[in-house]
Amino acid sequence: MERNPMRRQLAIMRQSLFDQGYLDEQFIQLEELQDDANPNFVEEVVTLYYRDSARIILNLEQALERKPFDFNKLDGLMHQFKGSSSSIGAKKVKAECTLFREYCKSGNGEGCTRAFQQLKREYATLKRKLEAYFQLARQAGPAETACCRKE
Amino acid sequence: MVESGFSSPRHDAFPAGLRVLVVDDDPTWLKILEKMLKKCSYEVTTCGLARDALSLLRERKDGYDIVISDVNMPDMDGFKLLEHVGLEMDLPVIMMSVDGETSRVMKGVQHGACDYLLKPIRMKELRNIWQHVFRKKIHEVRDIESLEGNEGLQMTRSGSDLVDDGHLLSGEDMNSARKRKDAENKHDDRDLSDPSSTKKARVVWTVDLHQKFVKAVNQIGFDKVGPKKILDLMNVPWLTRENVASHLQKYRLYLSRLQKDSDVKNSFVGMKHSDPPSKDSTDCFGIHSSMSVIQDDVSNGTYNFSVNNSLVQNVDLNHEGDKKGITSAPVAEPKGALSIDIPDPHKAQSSQISFDHSLGSVDSGLKFALFNSTNQTRYSWSEIPEIQFKQECEPLQLENGFSQLPLPGSQHQVQTEYLQPAASISSGPSITEKEVSSRPLYDEYRSNHVKHLSPTEAVDLFPVPSRNQTLNNQVFNPISATTSSMKNQGISLNDLEFAQRNLNGGVGVPIASLSEDLQFCWLQGECYAMNIGLQDFECIEYNDPAPIAEIPFLLYDAPRFDHEHLFDPTEYAAIDQGLFA
Repeated sequence: MERNPMRRQLAIMRQSLFDQGYLDEQFIQLEELQDDANPNFVEEVVTLYYRDSARIILNLEQALERKPFDFNKLDGLMHQFKGSSSSIGAKKVKAECTLFREYCKSGNGEGCTRAFQQLKREYATLKRKLEAYFQLARQAGPAETACCRKE
Repeated sequence: MVESGFSSPRHDAFPAGLRVLVVDDDPTWLKILEKMLKKCSYEVTTCGLARDALSLLRERKDGYDIVISDVNMPDMDGFKLLEHVGLEMDLPVIMMSVDGETSRVMKGVQHGACDYLLKPIRMKELRNIWQHVFRKKIHEVRDIESLEGNEGLQMTRSGSDLVDDGHLLSGEDMNSARKRKDAENKHDDRDLSDPSSTKKARVVWTVDLHQKFVKAVNQIGFDKVGPKKILDLMNVPWLTRENVASHLQKYRLYLSRLQKDSDVKNSFVGMKHSDPPSKDSTDCFGIHSSMSVIQDDVSNGTYNFSVNNSLVQNVDLNHEGDKKGITSAPVAEPKGALSIDIPDPHKAQSSQISFDHSLGSVDSGLKFALFNSTNQTRYSWSEIPEIQFKQECEPLQLENGFSQLPLPGSQHQVQTEYLQPAASISSGPSITEKEVSSRPLYDEYRSNHVKHLSPTEAVDLFPVPSRNQTLNNQVFNPISATTSSMKNQGISLNDLEFAQRNLNGGVGVPIASLSEDLQFCWLQGECYAMNIGLQDFECIEYNDPAPIAEIPFLLYDAPRFDHEHLFDPTEYAAIDQGLFA
């Protein structure tokens, strides 16, 4: 157990992200990739993900405004988004992607819209949580981002 | 990390330094993959656009060992990229996608992906990718071994020892282009550690250029397509016939890869009902012409080479068998494998054609390869007006055969000399004995005959130093001698020495006699080889791979030994033999 209270808090926070199903083991993969050459690797990747995926979200929103839905296009965009979300282990977001694509395949426009709203919520929630997590990590000190690594 | 990666002689470090090109439009994944691969001690280049990836690959053709590409990219479908990489570079490509749908994965594999990874991609999967590069290497080595096994001849074996010192010597007798090729081949043979070094094509087949090419192919019609025609239609001044031929070959392999199953079946059926040989030719014409094209390519733009290896071709068939033996079962001794080759020795009675039939009845892809190779030569021959063959023995025929060629007088002489025996055979009694087989037999003889000629043609087309001319003369004598002896066998036994050999193999009679036979034949081929360099061997090379390319088992091997001149040692051996014979 961490003696540094801030670190302890960070560890608890991190664990809850997994426990509540926001993140999957891909996030641990990212953590394992973090090293001296890239001490902020996880945060960098997450930042990159949110920057890039915002563009796809926008494309999806635009595609969902056009009726009737072009399910092929929607599916393609969501495929892209899902691929991207898999990179940081955004578990809940990914689940919504899968749901969305199922609606696409069955041609359920209503379902698509609903799933997309839910997806955006999950996407935003995770963003908030991760931002808080990385902020705390920075406060805990530069080495603390790697708090969970047992080396 | 060293720039030259593992292609430098740092074998001990392998797979560290493996040069990986990662293509993904997703920057997040690109960043992660880069980091992961670096952690594996690989040398990573990342690329967000498939188009950029292609130009990178074209810029540094030998700069990468393996490509990892996402399936879905906005500028170019990952499959398209895969297709290009397959056509232009001989690199293993790993596809990746978040989608594990069977149809998608299958599509990737069909397009030639060596692996299909699902996102999120794990470090351990990436750590393992070197195996694809390594596997390719092994296959290349195995190709060489099996090809050597095919050659399976003591002569070759001992000859290959001579290769090292014989290099310069042989080089002397060839024109410069040939020499260059040889040097390349030699390099290929030896430097197995670098699969990418084996590429020969120096032309960058850009999307535009490739489209021009495809357009030309479509315009001509796939069945009638030939490099010369394509080249004319493409109208790209700096492009050579060779370039086109090589690309055409890759293109064909690529297509055959995509539709191998149905194609094999179709053409198989087509050939099976092949009583009149001319009828067949429509079915298999594509393949045949492709053969000749390929050969053309190798023989440095000389046209008539496709024709030249009848003697060798006979052996060739057996070799096909060998190969089959080797691939289908772990048969160490290629000669022993011959027995497998002929499932029914009795059926192999008369000439290649009946041989074909016996194979035809046994529905096996490998046999089909064999089958095919027989046919292909025949039909590539049947393109040539019949009259020409019928008048074989007359000097007139010579005129026909060589009318376009500026023949030095001395060679005229030589040709006539060894033409005659050939002619006498084709009018031999055996031919008429079997109704069905006689026609093809005829053809076979014809091709044999004409193939004897072709080396001379080849020589003509090359700026051969005068010294070669004299060599030609010497060399042709034994050829004619053998030709006739071969034919005699054919006549008396009604079976060609082929069948004999096959029977030998089938019965399991001491291999020695068999190999002697083969050796004998090879000697002929090698005599040619002395003059014309690679042709005979390359023909084998090219006879083999295309049919084989249609067999899934060998799918990945085939294209490779296709492009690399693995016969190199033989060639040198041939030259040595020729010179010292």
